[in-house]
Amino acid sequence: MSAVSAVQLEKGSTSTVEAPVREKETQSEDELDVLWQVVVHNDPVNLMTYVTMVFQRVFGYPREKAEQHMLEVHHKGRSILWCGVRERAEFYVQQLHGYLLLATLEKVV
Amino acid sequence: MEINRDGETLRISDLDPFLAELLRQIPISTNPEGTPDAEARLFSRPSAEKELCAEWKNYVEPELLRLFRSATQTVAADLAQLNGNEKSLRNRTLRIPFEHADAWLNALNQARLVIAEKYKFSDEELNDHERSPIGSRRDLGLFQVNFYGFLQEFILREMQS
Repeated sequence: MSAVSAVQLEKGSTSTVEAPVREKETQSEDELDVLWQVVVHNDPVNLMTYVTMVFQRVFGYPREKAEQHMLEVHHKGRSILWCGVRERAEFYVQQLHGYLLLATLEKVV
Repeated sequence: MEINRDGETLRISDLDPFLAELLRQIPISTNPEGTPDAEARLFSRPSAEKELCAEWKNYVEPELLRLFRSATQTVAADLAQLNGNEKSLRNRTLRIPFEHADAWLNALNQARLVIAEKYKFSDEELNDHERSPIGSRRDLGLFQVNFYGFLQEFILREMQS
């Protein structure tokens, strides 16, 4: 197929457009297989009720599940809130930072 | 001081000049300038990976900064009701539209985190809600953190009710 395609316009004139060029994938299949986890870390300033509300809002967790994660953060210092593809994990961490929680994303080893 | 919800408005009434001044201090208290640890806390690292952190600094932090500033500006506009001298602040009432509740939670959190980093309060100090009286700037900072936390608790309770 030619890299340049002819396009017939409504008024009968002819114009040319560049055919789309397929760019090389920037992520290898191996990279796409990697899972990332969203981790929230303990900090002594954020209120427990506030952290619970943030988990409910960001992840849509029911109150009980959000409280369990909050208590895990409080007692164990960290809790894994979510696991999946990197783009989504980044989105969640950005949301959590917007609420001023200490959150990181980590590769699942 | 009394705090309650009246329909779509949060009302903080019978404010004495001291508490009114603490409320007025919220916007300025969110400023981490001059305290690198506070700035690092507001814009915490998202990962141990350097490349990811560099991208985050370029693309995400400006968005976060906009979010934080917007919340602080909303709170500052609400607090304009408390402008005036000490005498006129006696028994004043602050009315906060409930739709500003998220902005208040965010600004109060910014202020609490910045103050806590500034004075490096220990976990023990932060959990000591009975501490008094206020004898130093540091004590006042701790009182501020607790007072702002009390306001957050009230807002959260009203959000859930």
